[in-house]
Amino acid sequence: MAFFFQELVNGITTGALYALVALGFTMVYGVLKLLNFAHGDLYMIGAYIGFFVIQWFGGPNALTIPVPLLLVIMFVLAAGLVGGLGVAIERFAYRPLRDAPRIAPLITAIGISFFLENSALLLFGAQPRIYNTPQFISFSSGIQIGSVSIDAVQILVLVLGLVLMVGLRLLVNRTKVGRQMRAVAADREAAEMLGINVNFTIAATFFIGSALAGVAGVMGGLLFNQVTATIGFIAGLKAFTAAVVGGIGSIPGAVLGGLLLGVAESFITGYISSTFTNLFVFALLIAVMLVRPSGLLGRAQLQKV
Amino acid sequence: MSLDSQPPAAGPQVGADEWVARQAHRREYLPSWLGTGQRWLERVGWWPKLLVVGLAGAALPLLGLGGFQLQVGIDALVIALLAVGLNIVVGWAGLLDLGYVAFFGFGAYGFALLSSSQIGPNGIHLPTYLSVPIVMIGAAVLGLLVGWPSRRLIGDYLAIVTLFFGEAFVEFTNNVAPSVLGGPNGIVGIDPISVFGRQITTNAGYYYLLVVVLVLTMAVLRLLDTSRTGRAWRAVREDPLAAASMTIPVNRVKLMAFMFGAVVAALTGTIFAAQQISVFPTDFDTPILILIYAGLILGGAGSIAGAAAGALVLMVIYDGLLRSPTDSGYLFYGLILLTLVVKLRPWRRLAVVLAATVALGFAAHAVAGAISARAVAGGPHSTGWLAAALRDWVVVPANAQVLGNWGYVLLVCLLIALVQVGRRWRTILLPPTICLASFVWETRLAVEPAITRQLMIGAILIVMMNARPQGLLGSRRVEAIT
Repeated sequence: MAFFFQELVNGITTGALYALVALGFTMVYGVLKLLNFAHGDLYMIGAYIGFFVIQWFGGPNALTIPVPLLLVIMFVLAAGLVGGLGVAIERFAYRPLRDAPRIAPLITAIGISFFLENSALLLFGAQPRIYNTPQFISFSSGIQIGSVSIDAVQILVLVLGLVLMVGLRLLVNRTKVGRQMRAVAADREAAEMLGINVNFTIAATFFIGSALAGVAGVMGGLLFNQVTATIGFIAGLKAFTAAVVGGIGSIPGAVLGGLLLGVAESFITGYISSTFTNLFVFALLIAVMLVRPSGLLGRAQLQKV
Repeated sequence: MSLDSQPPAAGPQVGADEWVARQAHRREYLPSWLGTGQRWLERVGWWPKLLVVGLAGAALPLLGLGGFQLQVGIDALVIALLAVGLNIVVGWAGLLDLGYVAFFGFGAYGFALLSSSQIGPNGIHLPTYLSVPIVMIGAAVLGLLVGWPSRRLIGDYLAIVTLFFGEAFVEFTNNVAPSVLGGPNGIVGIDPISVFGRQITTNAGYYYLLVVVLVLTMAVLRLLDTSRTGRAWRAVREDPLAAASMTIPVNRVKLMAFMFGAVVAALTGTIFAAQQISVFPTDFDTPILILIYAGLILGGAGSIAGAAAGALVLMVIYDGLLRSPTDSGYLFYGLILLTLVVKLRPWRRLAVVLAATVALGFAAHAVAGAISARAVAGGPHSTGWLAAALRDWVVVPANAQVLGNWGYVLLVCLLIALVQVGRRWRTILLPPTICLASFVWETRLAVEPAITRQLMIGAILIVMMNARPQGLLGSRRVEAIT
């Protein structure tokens, strides 16, 4: 039973990570109806930023600043830079295609994803960059409940993930920007006629979504300990799965989908075999799509004429 | 823009609405004499053109292409065949199929299993005239199964399902039944293809086979394009709802597009497997898919000739030119010059930009050289007269990896800025951008050709979709209703 709970905790932790990436993905889909294939690569860039912050302050073995401050700088810098990158991508590549046929921005998004991945390969090289998290956040500094141990990084990921999700929920439901986002998601033209600055709202959505991916990238770096230029693709696929299983465009759906995916993966790896994890995930996604195309929490779309 | 409202063929076409036939011919032409040539070319029928191009392609090896060039040609033809097949799904039916490369893989693996010693004690070793049709029929069935969801899944959802189907294929071949599929080690020792009882074992043989297959496929697709089904595909692409109300069976038509695409991909896969003698899961991964898309988009989705030409040009650059530092240098500087000449009007502006670029380069080189000899110690990456011309123009420090990386980041920012700013600022920003681009090229991009060619693919997709969605060869249709 201890193994079960341990796997559950591990699954929820990775699930929280997937959920954060899926949130940005689903938000962008909500306002633009665009599958942003480049989203996973923003996660990768965030992870690299975290790595370089650690290097900047002396490396994992000889940090020149206290660890909490380092974490704050990592997360803030990753969120800010990756968010800015997301806005730049939207401005440069997606905005000119807003009224083009649906297939054009999708192909552009694939191009951006490929471009970002290979830019990272060019700039940072092919060798994996190691975070060396245990050197500055001790694994034993976690908590122990019975025979289930939750280490400090997992606690960090869970707490920060929860805070961000609640914060996002408040932002979308309670603030002016959030209301504008929902209005643009519901009907862009009508929102524009009511005086909402659509361009600003879409840029804000991209910023928040991309910043979440950046934060998730740093978390992923701390959790899995290494970064390569290719992690973006698989992270994007996982976020994709989470968002689609939960119901694409739905924010609670993305969280639910992410957690489900993380837990499912963890159990498959723990109880069956790690060989078939990805295959199982893909099969799960295709099955959900066939049975319930709008996802678990999504609403079936009416086709407007 | 000139409007030519003459229908292509005299007299009414059977099955084509007269108004539609007239409007479909209203196109934008290229400016000046290019447009005249274009109009002249349009008067020639499609099959003489195809025949001439096919014969020219077949004659290429006679000019003395060596082993490397022949291999580039084979790769280019394989991608061209795939792009032509993808054009059915993406260009005509307007379905974003991101699992297309899995059908290619299915064809290759299917052929490999049927013509090697992989299954059973002695293997199967079916003759070509049996194995290839079996694989093609199998691919059609698979296409039907994968396309079936499109009955319910509209638009983006189809892209998701197919993307995951493609990924699942790679995972499947990597992990399932390693004794049969070989896992990451793939299948080796595949029989050659035999045509009319003669086994094809040389690269030259496969080159000719691919040229013939490509020409035949294009001819068949051309007939399909003008058929009832072809028109139905385009109707479904433009507006599924309107098509449905015109009694077009939308789902069946979409499924047919899927199946036709799958069959072409599987056919290509069989030839690919036989030519390579081996298949590996990585041959059918996402980068290949993006390569096919880039070829299709470059040439222009929706036209058979565009898809084939785009893929061929792309592959010759990707596989051939970018491997040698000198060739890639010619290509890089040539492309910059060509873009400037085509895009900068009037010619006074072009002259100013060119002069400023040349002056800026020499000035930067002189300043850098005066500060430190090491700052100009590393010459251009290429050789030959281009390098001699560039030696005193482009600044290449001795050990410039870090500087080159920052230059790359700055270059991307500058390029983005260049697109956003107005005409005057663009003229001012162009010379420094070109100088910086040459710097980045010599310090980083030419040094890492394997990464540079992938960057090129990504850039092609982004730039083409934003600047010229109809492709380099395609002509923009004039919208009848705006």
